[in-house]
Amino acid sequence: MSALLDIGELAKRFDVGGKRLLHAVDEVSFTIGRGETVGLVGESGCGKSTLVRLINRLLDPTSGSIRLAGTDLADLKARAFAGNPNRARIQMVFQDAGDSLNPRYTAAAAIADPIRRLKRLSGADLRRRVEALADMTGLPRELLSRFPHQLSGGQKARVGIARAIAVEPELLILDEPTAALDVSVQVVILKLLQQLKRELGMSYLFVSHDLNVVRLLCDRVLVMYLGKIVEEGPAAEIFADPRHPYTRALVSAIPQAEPDKRVGRLRLSGEPRSPIDPDPTVCRFYGRCPRGEPRCAAEMPLLRSAGPARQVACHFA
Amino acid sequence: MLPLLRHARYVLSENPVTGLAFGLFAIFLVAALFGPLLAPYNPLQSNAAMALKPPSAAHWFGTDQLGRDIFSRVLVATRLDLTIAFASVILAFLLGALSGVAAGYFGGWTDRVVGRLADTIMAFPLFVLAMGIVAALGNKVINIVIATAIINFPLYARVARAEANVRREAGFVEAARLSGNGEARVVLGHVLPNIMPIMMVQMSLTMGYAILNAAGLSFIGLGVRPPDAEWGIMVAEGANFIQSGEWWIALFPGAALMLAVFCFNLLGDGLRDIIDPLKRT
Amino acid sequence: MTAVPALAVEDLSVEFRTRSGTVKVLEQVGFEVDKGETVALVGESGSGKSVTAFAIMGILDPAGKVTSGRAMFGGADLLALPERELAEQRGRELSMIFQNPRTALNPIRRVGQQIADVLVRHGGATRPDAPRAAVEMLKKVRIADPERRVEAYPFELSGGMCQRIMIAIALACRPALLIADEPTTGLDVTTQAVIMDLIGELAHESGMATIFITHDLALAAEYCDRIVVMHAGHIVEAAPGRALFAEPRHPYSAKLLAATPGGTASLAELASIPGGLPDLRRPDLPACRYSGRCERRIDDCTRPLPRRSVGDRHIVACWNPL
Repeated sequence: MSALLDIGELAKRFDVGGKRLLHAVDEVSFTIGRGETVGLVGESGCGKSTLVRLINRLLDPTSGSIRLAGTDLADLKARAFAGNPNRARIQMVFQDAGDSLNPRYTAAAAIADPIRRLKRLSGADLRRRVEALADMTGLPRELLSRFPHQLSGGQKARVGIARAIAVEPELLILDEPTAALDVSVQVVILKLLQQLKRELGMSYLFVSHDLNVVRLLCDRVLVMYLGKIVEEGPAAEIFADPRHPYTRALVSAIPQAEPDKRVGRLRLSGEPRSPIDPDPTVCRFYGRCPRGEPRCAAEMPLLRSAGPARQVACHFA
Repeated sequence: MLPLLRHARYVLSENPVTGLAFGLFAIFLVAALFGPLLAPYNPLQSNAAMALKPPSAAHWFGTDQLGRDIFSRVLVATRLDLTIAFASVILAFLLGALSGVAAGYFGGWTDRVVGRLADTIMAFPLFVLAMGIVAALGNKVINIVIATAIINFPLYARVARAEANVRREAGFVEAARLSGNGEARVVLGHVLPNIMPIMMVQMSLTMGYAILNAAGLSFIGLGVRPPDAEWGIMVAEGANFIQSGEWWIALFPGAALMLAVFCFNLLGDGLRDIIDPLKRT
Repeated sequence: MTAVPALAVEDLSVEFRTRSGTVKVLEQVGFEVDKGETVALVGESGSGKSVTAFAIMGILDPAGKVTSGRAMFGGADLLALPERELAEQRGRELSMIFQNPRTALNPIRRVGQQIADVLVRHGGATRPDAPRAAVEMLKKVRIADPERRVEAYPFELSGGMCQRIMIAIALACRPALLIADEPTTGLDVTTQAVIMDLIGELAHESGMATIFITHDLALAAEYCDRIVVMHAGHIVEAAPGRALFAEPRHPYSAKLLAATPGGTASLAELASIPGGLPDLRRPDLPACRYSGRCERRIDDCTRPLPRRSVGDRHIVACWNPL
């Protein structure tokens, strides 16, 4: 699989006053291949949202590269990116569909907006395209003239998806797309996403808290902690055999109905270390990790291979 | 369009007071558009023989000290007063709402500049500032419009800024940027439409103040000058005659003023209900 | 079990008056919670699980009205108590924690003060003693550095910490019953596990009964003794967690399980639930509100719902159970 997206040493540091820097994303590197679904998991504050905004170019990185099929998008300023021909290649489905739809725009207007702006369609052609997208996402055509507050959660989610795929992106970022949905609606939406990916040949970056859903949908998983990727590998393996202590804690925390299926419980205590001016020689997980040895405070563990297609950033994994 | 009209009819039927306001507004509109045609007498025509006559069948509102028919004058003045009010409100909206939205959305220097500008204006007693502006720019109707717009600027800017600030973090703003909307388009095409309902209320409330402002300025001799018919001047002229018992000269234009302000205040709420999609079920 | 349950809800029905009609949000909801037991109320949105909790606590929206039923607690019917007496119970014997911890706390009061408020109001503590007691509560909910944290404002604390504060406030007076309305929705899975463990331990320590409202079946199964499944204002099934997962008897429970990711290996094996919720404003609602979308519907389903016992503490409200 050739890489569609190649992230190289991407970093974002925010100035929080007094010459202190908040390291939201810290030298992150990974790739997403064509037709792949890569999952991104991590707790709140780990830098997932910032990373997502860097990739979809709503935010400028401090350093690093964002290569989309060879073109480095990091050089282009976020402010001006809206007018760039590459804008249509990366799109996003938002977590809260209701919040991501303009309350004063009908469903049709919301879906038409990117097409109008990026594909320059108008009139009857535009109308036809919007209707085709509604059909593709299972949104009944009568609902196109409705406003967001007149639609159900599942319907809003479909509008959000239709809008995101309207300009035929190569990479679709899904930020907790089913978090606000009931479980039965979630099934339908997840299956829809799966189907659309195949039909339109997209790659997905799937960000989620819900590890069960990540396990279902993703080929590979990236685990993030305090701005760094701490583990990476095929989804099935990560869940069956997590190596990094944080990943182990994550996986063992997934609620499990059957007692015998519960993976060795690893409970995390305390709060994460501060992301402001972190010590570059101390492992970010040190202090919260059940295993903390002197080496952890003297040498930052780097991502290294732990098997075919597996990487872990821990001295003891 | 059709669903909008249907919704409008629903709003009006739900709330009779809004219906009343719209009815009044319609009357004012007709008076403004067709006043001169409908006036039974020439509003500028003096007739010394008929001076200071109380309301009668021939002169519904009586006559003033120059024998002019007050009803005709009140009717014809509608056009002038409404025009001044509309123009001021639209100018205030353009200046205030646009800078306010920009300040709220972009923050930083834009916010600081707009903020200081608004603060400077608000540091003055507003009516005195209006007087000063008209006095400085010259005693013309256009300057009343400008003065009124300026003194209303801070209010619009404040409200617009607050609303834009809230919306700036919203998902749909990010989605708009992802959809290829440049910053200007996001602000004008996505954020601004969302603050329009509250701006509508703002505009119609300010219409009332604008009319009062114009009347007030004319009352003290700035702005509209005799013999033009304008409610404010008419009240000013009529004030001299109240003590001697000719109450009708000030009352009728005063009542027209009152009704107009009342009408516009109510209109604001109704308009917002019609325009705001969230009110639709 | 011959011991008196901590809470016994019988035949609870609630209606809401809206612009478009009367909505029969709950109909004849009944369940029990024993001392020291954790019962989960599980359902999708619109199932009525939160309304049940609000009705018990007496904090229903003004448009809502309890039209029938009792909630026996401590020998009295909560639904019949006058507001003054109910207010005495709330915070002392009966406590609740909510979904969004940051918004449930007063943003302009320090967290220590908020805990102290409850202790003074219901716990019989005096004003001078209260701050120390608040620090003790913080230790109990395992907040590190409690002497310092007690002075913090909610916005300075993370979501997980705010939830612990809420738990501290709720448990300050050692209530007999705790109602937790989706307390971990929105929290990270690791924080969720810690919070759930904490609630479980504190409940176990004091023999407190807990009602836990959630849409997450697996969470309910792992942390709760029994699960009560709700659909469109009805209770459709109630069973111990393992029994429900191993042998769901109500078609809706089975469908819910089949739609929950976690057990299956692939997306293709998950199935959505056909149809949708019935319109609860209709005056002609069928006796079984699931029958409209049930593939096992038989003629009997128009009769009023039964409460069949199908196992140890396992009841199902269905004429044609699995």
